[in-house]
Amino acid sequence: MAVAATQDAGTGPAGARRRPPAAWTGTVPFFAYAALFLLLPTGIVIWNAFRNSTGGFTFSNLDFTAPGVGSAFIGSFQLSLAASLGGAVLGASLAYAVATGNPDGLIRRLSVAASGVLAQFGGVTLAFAFLAAIGPIGLFLKASWYSSFPWGIAVIYLYFQIPLMVLVFLPAIDGLKTQWREASESLGGSTWQYWRYVGGPLLAPAFLGALLLLFANSLSAFATIVAWEDQISYVVPQLIGTSMISEVGLNNANQGDALAVGMIVMVVIVMVCYFYLQRRTSRWLR
Amino acid sequence: MAAVNPVAPAALVEDAAAVPARPARNRSRQRNLAIFRYVTFTVFGLFFLLPMLAMLRFSLERATGTGGWSIAAWTSIPSYQIPNGPALLGGVEITLEIALVVSLIVLILVLPTMIWIHLRVRWLARVMEFMSLLPLTLPAIVLVVGLAPIYNKIEQHNVSALMLCWAYGILVLPYVYRALAAGLGAIDATTLAEAARSLGASWPVVMLRVIAPNMWQAILNSLMLTIALVCGEFTIAYLLGYNTLSVDLFSISRNATNASVLFSGSAAALLFTFVLLVIVSYAGRRLQRHRA
Repeated sequence: MAVAATQDAGTGPAGARRRPPAAWTGTVPFFAYAALFLLLPTGIVIWNAFRNSTGGFTFSNLDFTAPGVGSAFIGSFQLSLAASLGGAVLGASLAYAVATGNPDGLIRRLSVAASGVLAQFGGVTLAFAFLAAIGPIGLFLKASWYSSFPWGIAVIYLYFQIPLMVLVFLPAIDGLKTQWREASESLGGSTWQYWRYVGGPLLAPAFLGALLLLFANSLSAFATIVAWEDQISYVVPQLIGTSMISEVGLNNANQGDALAVGMIVMVVIVMVCYFYLQRRTSRWLR
Repeated sequence: MAAVNPVAPAALVEDAAAVPARPARNRSRQRNLAIFRYVTFTVFGLFFLLPMLAMLRFSLERATGTGGWSIAAWTSIPSYQIPNGPALLGGVEITLEIALVVSLIVLILVLPTMIWIHLRVRWLARVMEFMSLLPLTLPAIVLVVGLAPIYNKIEQHNVSALMLCWAYGILVLPYVYRALAAGLGAIDATTLAEAARSLGASWPVVMLRVIAPNMWQAILNSLMLTIALVCGEFTIAYLLGYNTLSVDLFSISRNATNASVLFSGSAAALLFTFVLLVIVSYAGRRLQRHRA
């Protein structure tokens, strides 16, 4: 108490005690901005999702039997599953390869820096790069599966999913203590037994959490898949895009909002599980 | 026991040197590990390099016929006119301007608010964190649906693509927040602020000349993330109907007959972002040394 009082009184050179405006007023501009461009849009989406064309309340926008809607949700799920499972398994192996090297070595620094850049690299240019590499006129491979859904696009998604996995999963692998492995070995455990009974269970929550993060990441990607194919709507983001650009094809102007709410629900479920697993992970791997 | 052993002088492989070499039984495991690592790095290295190389190769392709090398696609970028659209250079310019304005939003709005909350309004820290991480669960494709009516209103006053800065400021918020929070957490901001205050510094001076210089690296990181994100952003610009660099590239891919400009333009966009990041990082380091 006394300490706090001296601190307060002793700040000004004159020692004069005057009451400044409450400190929280300084945060008003930021929160006003966030309210206007983050909370308000979210509110608009949710509000419009439950309104019909005349402004009344309705559930009919959330019609998953409408043409294309059900298949888009299934497509989103398929693509996200393929891209997140592939990204998680491959990214985890890469992360392990990175983690077993010199912690201050060039390879590690390079991998981490490159992952940081590539994990954000999910734009239209990514689709064009793959078009050049494995597209119909591809330089290295004229892959017949390039334009097949979901495999073609899932491979393209791996380009940012793997680096994201490395970023998220590397700390977890680093958290595995050498002593655990030594303990397992001094008790006669084989490599397989170590991973089956020690390493695997320890990394499982971190792996599942990262998997969910990757799932959400590929669920919400839009730019790459539109640059890959803009005629057929395979996934929900494409359908939302179509509903925004032209109102044709959808029987209801507010269906875009309803689809967006569907996306929010999916992402929120995934992210809540992610944060829960994150907390579990941090209990062991510190 | 093994940990106590001095590291064997003869390191097997350069990379394995970090792992303390242990006798006999581990030797085969280490060799397997080394093989696994080399194979992994080679395969992934190819996966990440080949698409870039392919794009580069096509950007250097002669316009007529296949094969052959030409830099025509690169030299035509400055004067390139998108079929039924504006000049490509216009998109580059506006993207650069947006990146600048969003960086200013980060520096003038987000950074001071974060420091202020950290020092004076701790009870708002959780709210700030929640707000900043919220866009992670609201993908751009969802946000843009709600932003459309707001931008309809904005367009009645201002039709410039520069207005995208408001939406982009929200998009970069989670990344900026985490970068800045890491920087703020790494220094003892409270003590620094108290010291400065006891020497008579005003709050703006504390933030600008005491706290900010001490978290310079974090600020730099947040700006680099901002620039990288703004340069590559497509979803919001495209669906709100603005012509930024990536939207221009997309319309080239849909309308142009000459594909090599698409690849040179894309490669140039990546190169452009990369150079921008190098400049920012270099300038930041220069500035930091200057201050120190």
